[in-house]
Amino acid sequence: MKLNIKGIITNLKPGFARGEAARHARRAYQRKPFSFSQTVFIAALIFLFLPLLVLILYSFNASKGMRWTGFSLVWYEQLFLHSRDLWRAFWNSILIAVSSAGTATVFGTLGAVGVNWYRFKLRNYVQTISFLPMILPEIIIGVSLSLFFAGIKMKLGLLTIFIAHTTFNLPFVFLMVMARLDEFDFSIIEAAHDLGANERQTFLKVTVPICMPGIVSGFLTAVTISLEDFVITYFVAGPGSTTLPLYIYSAIRFGVSPVINALSVVMILGTVALTYLLRNFLKYIAAK
Amino acid sequence: MTVWFTIFFLAPLLIIVLYSFLRKGLYGGVSMGEFTLEAYRALGNPSFIIITIRTFVTAVIATFITILIALPCGYFMARSRNQTFLLLLIIIPFWTNFLIRVFAWMNILGNNGFLNEMLIRIGLIDDYIHFLYNQSTVVLVLVYMYLPYAILPLFSTIDKFDFSLLEAARDLGATKAQSMIRVLLPSIRSGLYTAVLFTFIPIFGAYAVPLLVGGKDSYMLGNVIADQLTKARNWPLASAISMVLTVITTAGVLIMINLQRKDASRTSEQKSKGAEN
Repeated sequence: MKLNIKGIITNLKPGFARGEAARHARRAYQRKPFSFSQTVFIAALIFLFLPLLVLILYSFNASKGMRWTGFSLVWYEQLFLHSRDLWRAFWNSILIAVSSAGTATVFGTLGAVGVNWYRFKLRNYVQTISFLPMILPEIIIGVSLSLFFAGIKMKLGLLTIFIAHTTFNLPFVFLMVMARLDEFDFSIIEAAHDLGANERQTFLKVTVPICMPGIVSGFLTAVTISLEDFVITYFVAGPGSTTLPLYIYSAIRFGVSPVINALSVVMILGTVALTYLLRNFLKYIAAK
Repeated sequence: MTVWFTIFFLAPLLIIVLYSFLRKGLYGGVSMGEFTLEAYRALGNPSFIIITIRTFVTAVIATFITILIALPCGYFMARSRNQTFLLLLIIIPFWTNFLIRVFAWMNILGNNGFLNEMLIRIGLIDDYIHFLYNQSTVVLVLVYMYLPYAILPLFSTIDKFDFSLLEAARDLGATKAQSMIRVLLPSIRSGLYTAVLFTFIPIFGAYAVPLLVGGKDSYMLGNVIADQLTKARNWPLASAISMVLTVITTAGVLIMINLQRKDASRTSEQKSKGAEN
């Protein structure tokens, strides 16, 4: 009895009750929007976007410097009407991105199908070396290719850039198609064979369509990586084979021109549009 | 594919190994057939050792800061209901051209840049501050560049985490910080390793960032390789430094893979023990 009363009294102690309530309140508060992680996340977003916003703002500046002298579209005019070298570099980039990504997609897909289906001696070798370029710093690949091309006396130019890009694009396509093949139902292949399809028919009519999401995302990843690459390209490019990143680099290095601001804004918008389209496209493919 | 890879990837790598043991040619390049350890002996040079240490320290610090920011971000994203939208937000700067992002920072930090203009306008400083071309700027921009590389793997691992475990920890009396450190962190270790790897390797091999926003005293190994290759035309030395870079990153990868494997076996052991009980 005594104990019980003591218990009741303890429970009724105002201080205790307050503490308990406060703890509950604190817990509820911590689940509310402004938690620590959210604060960091918002700060990180500001950190990530601030430079881009500054670029956008100053691309509309009338004067060359960072002192705001009024709104103007002069840099956009410069960009679209008076930057022939820049656009040549742009088309070089597109050409290389599409061709190297295409080549890498064909080889990568064939390689993935081969590794996945056939058990052969070099299987481990293929899998190991396909991971290597992803774990080596870019500069190593750039330097080694540069020395390689010098060694076989190959003239540096668009072709060497194409080869370099295809090489570093390959593993991405390979891995993405592999991921798709891993969840593959082999009985479909057997069924195709049973129904009289030969190897080539099976490959084109069954395997490729099933791998399509992997192939498409591999190709698109390859295109974006290729468009983005500066370091490797820098080492394997020759005179007259400027890509867009190389052009931007020299513009930054030798006298910053606000045309680059305008170009950046166009590219950022392009990125946003592409990201959005890609997402919808992948959703569409996945739904199919 | 195998053929392509062997020719254009493996062969070039082997050339680096080979060249690093050759003597420098009279007019640059290499002179074939003269094997020597000259290039490796040149690595003992104090200035080179300083650069190696600097590169390593820079990479460790930048990776550490990146992970420190990325962890709460990944956690927040994983717990959010708008995951796709938040992912999109992270991916947009990530897909903006690398050089343009460096350029944006040069715009902000330059002597006539955004930050200086702002500080002068609000009267905080009278004269320009030199923000660019030093070690801390290199770290700042590197963190900026590789933050998404850390956030994305952390997010996808944390996303698979069972959050009710955190509540269980709290109910058992752990504070919020305790439950994070002792429950969440151990279970997302594999994502943590991936994030560390994804940031450490490119930062360790960084070339463009220190070149553009760093000064002479913040040069990293990547810059030395490029200089030796293009300016000094000392191919054996460039190759030997590349070997150092390769060895250190490969070591990093192997350590991480090993840790991951140990982790995996430990978890499966625990699971089988749990099953026995």
